[in-house]
Amino acid sequence: MPKHDVLVIGAGLAGQRAALAAAEQGTSVGIISKVHPVRSHSNAAQGGINAALNPEDSWESHAFDTIKGSDYLGDQDAIEIMCREAPGELLDLEHLGVTFHRNEEGRLGTRAFGGASAARTYYVADITGQAILHVLYEQLMKFSEVHRYEEWFTTALVQDEDGRIAGAITRNIRDGAIELFQAKAVILATGGNGQLYDPTTNALICTGDGIAMAYRIGAPLMDMEMIQYHPTTLAGLGLLITEGARGEGAHLYNAQGERFMEKYAPNKMELASRDVVSRAEQTEINEGRGFPDGTVALDITVVPRKRIHEALREIVNVGRDFAGVDITREPIHIKPGNHYTMGGIRTDVDGRTSIPGLYAAGECACVSVHGGNRLGANSLLDTLVFGRRSGLHAAEAVHGLPLRDPDLAQLEDEERRISGIVDRDGSGRRVSEVKAELGKTMDKYVAVFRDEDGLRTGLDAVQRLKEEATDLAIDDKGAVFNQDVLGALELQFMLDNAEAIVLSAIERKESRGAQFRTDFPERNDDDWLKHINVSANGSEPEISYSDVTMTQWEPQERTY
Amino acid sequence: MADYALKIRRYDPESGEAAYWADYDVELPPERSVLDGILQVKDREDASIAIRCSCRAAICGSCGVRINGQSALACNTRIGEAAERARDGAITVEPMGNMPVIKDLVTDMEAVHWKKIRRVVPWLLPAEEPPEGQEYIVPPEAMLDVTQTMACIQCGVCVSACLSLEVDPEFIGPAALAKAYRFVGDPRDGEHESRLKDLAEDPHGIYDCTHCFACVEVCPKDVAPMNQIMRLRRKATNDFRIKDSNNGYGHEKAFVNIIEKWGTLFEAQLLPRSFGDGSLIKGQLRPQGAKQLTESLPTVYHGLKSGKVNPIKALVHPKLPDQKQVRRIIKEIESQDERIELNLYIVGEMAEETE
Repeated sequence: MPKHDVLVIGAGLAGQRAALAAAEQGTSVGIISKVHPVRSHSNAAQGGINAALNPEDSWESHAFDTIKGSDYLGDQDAIEIMCREAPGELLDLEHLGVTFHRNEEGRLGTRAFGGASAARTYYVADITGQAILHVLYEQLMKFSEVHRYEEWFTTALVQDEDGRIAGAITRNIRDGAIELFQAKAVILATGGNGQLYDPTTNALICTGDGIAMAYRIGAPLMDMEMIQYHPTTLAGLGLLITEGARGEGAHLYNAQGERFMEKYAPNKMELASRDVVSRAEQTEINEGRGFPDGTVALDITVVPRKRIHEALREIVNVGRDFAGVDITREPIHIKPGNHYTMGGIRTDVDGRTSIPGLYAAGECACVSVHGGNRLGANSLLDTLVFGRRSGLHAAEAVHGLPLRDPDLAQLEDEERRISGIVDRDGSGRRVSEVKAELGKTMDKYVAVFRDEDGLRTGLDAVQRLKEEATDLAIDDKGAVFNQDVLGALELQFMLDNAEAIVLSAIERKESRGAQFRTDFPERNDDDWLKHINVSANGSEPEISYSDVTMTQWEPQERTY
Repeated sequence: MADYALKIRRYDPESGEAAYWADYDVELPPERSVLDGILQVKDREDASIAIRCSCRAAICGSCGVRINGQSALACNTRIGEAAERARDGAITVEPMGNMPVIKDLVTDMEAVHWKKIRRVVPWLLPAEEPPEGQEYIVPPEAMLDVTQTMACIQCGVCVSACLSLEVDPEFIGPAALAKAYRFVGDPRDGEHESRLKDLAEDPHGIYDCTHCFACVEVCPKDVAPMNQIMRLRRKATNDFRIKDSNNGYGHEKAFVNIIEKWGTLFEAQLLPRSFGDGSLIKGQLRPQGAKQLTESLPTVYHGLKSGKVNPIKALVHPKLPDQKQVRRIIKEIESQDERIELNLYIVGEMAEETE
């Protein structure tokens, strides 16, 4: 049985940052990931990372932009911490070797981003997430104390008799062996759940595993209804075009050639918050001013060619390889598409969940710094600040504590459950069929515009699919790289996520941030300036509320 | 929509049977990817086919395979174009080369690729303590320069295509050497010289590359690993004058001196001059040069016997009619204070002009 003081599950930015922070405290750290760490979805963060580093900028300004962006649902104490710690975190990354863009003086240079009152986004061309992820992995290779378990799939969390976390059950993808990892603390850093939607900008691995695992042992999920649709994704495939394109000056046009953001956000135009821009685009499309393929146009040709090559290189490739468009010469058709999970496992500012010894950081967690809508380039910051804080806190908290005795019956149960899936006779639906129906359902009923009827229809479908997912057909009976059984386990995680999302969306009878209810089109601070929590009460989900923490910013009307 | 035939190389280590080809039909628009084709087979027909994949957008580096024998990412190879290049009408998909296969299209990258990456000390070794409360001040071009190698997604496609690796499995290889450039080109790193010395002295290091361009051709991110290897060599020879025991330094110098003298490559002069840092006289006088020349005699003999080496051409080599121009160019390049190296992110004046 592998044993570590701190066990990190997930090796994207939040997980790697947490592992490094814990290891620096001299703690024994294991980091488990279902893919090789550099395959993690943090790679996809193209545009950059926000920090009020420039002396003319201030953390207060960054915090206010974030709070306004969140439509006042973000917890202000957590946002203050994130924005205060951002410059230090950015400099740490630079010192570790991230190749951030420089200005003429050789200092760190910025670009503009949506919803921000100053240009405070630091970047590496349009591969910022990738560059940071790979540099953190360099550090992980250097720190041989951190034990890496690459391509291990975690299926369940384990508690001791007192309900304290005691470890996790994990399947080695390479040979199918199931192991119980014993740990004094577990940090979940398993990312978001974009694969619930089709299309999505998210990678195939973003299946909400950690969110579901925490939920299953009783941790509340918060703000789950807040699903971000990114304004610029390719129709069909859902691939991302960075907000950096608009940050560099690109315009949005409808099919009639109108720069329609003038109507919706006359001051910030294309650089309003993502929820605002996505709703504007969807309104144009719904009212017949889009292109026949259900899109509007993003015109990057207004950006100087040399600058595009220097700063938007990846988008040149995406346009060429996946849309057959040379973005330096012609506009590209885009639409809003599923992108980010604002909600997640409820944590405090040190990453602690309601389960003793269990932490969460990054997209799977909800601190909540994003509230109803995340600002572009705040996600990398969230993963790093709260990844580090979780790692530090966990390392200090477990110091001197003994390992917990896990209930070994849980391992047997889990082995039985998984072999039950593998050995099934194959009478049910295919994993791919159920997943495809879930994706279409979520994209239809739980998207940019929502209403009670649609959400109810969505909930019925999700609950039916949940039932069907207990009897999936499995082709692969082998132990080595059995991706079929992993797919079935992931699908069950996804359906738990989906149910929590739809229930929360039904519950919130107002429009705020990413949740726009056509039957309740106004924000209603009197009744709904509060977080919605979903927790598993036995097998039934239970809704509760928690307060939004306010420090110094009173809710105001939100215009851009 | 169109119909495509896929021929996938299957291997199940648990079956005790050898690898085999399996045929599948898929239906997709031609602009979709080969990965979409494989996923369609998995979804509809056989979910036991193993392939690593995640982002579908050529950023995670998971889905390296060989398509019609050519190393590539499955996600950014269009199925219609792959079908046009397919022999016998079926697109073949097999695991990457130069790495052991675990199952179907999944290779053991840890055993080869990541081992090689770790070989080049793949983390920054800063020259000095980080400045308190601020960033290192470095030239903007230097950051753009190393960003090309930072753009590497560690997919292993170049490792799969590398011809030198096929002959010498110990070769550090294109991906790891490109990674090495990421530090050698980074002004914040303090170990440029020792890194270069290490890679020049290793018999499987920078001079083990045969300059075949395979890695440049297949790299899905335009990292151009071979170019990075050549830049490591230029830094090792020109900037640090590292005279390595693999004779890479002398070999490079010999090329330059021959071109300066004749304008085109005089092959018979290459060997003796290589042992004397480009000089024919030094090459023949140096004791270790004589030894290495003697060791090369069997190769020369085989060359003569097979007709590859012509005794007359070995003695007489015509100069270019306008050899003065070549000398002038070399002089001009050498008189410049710094080398200007263009890369992906610095496209130079040309791009501006074509606007």
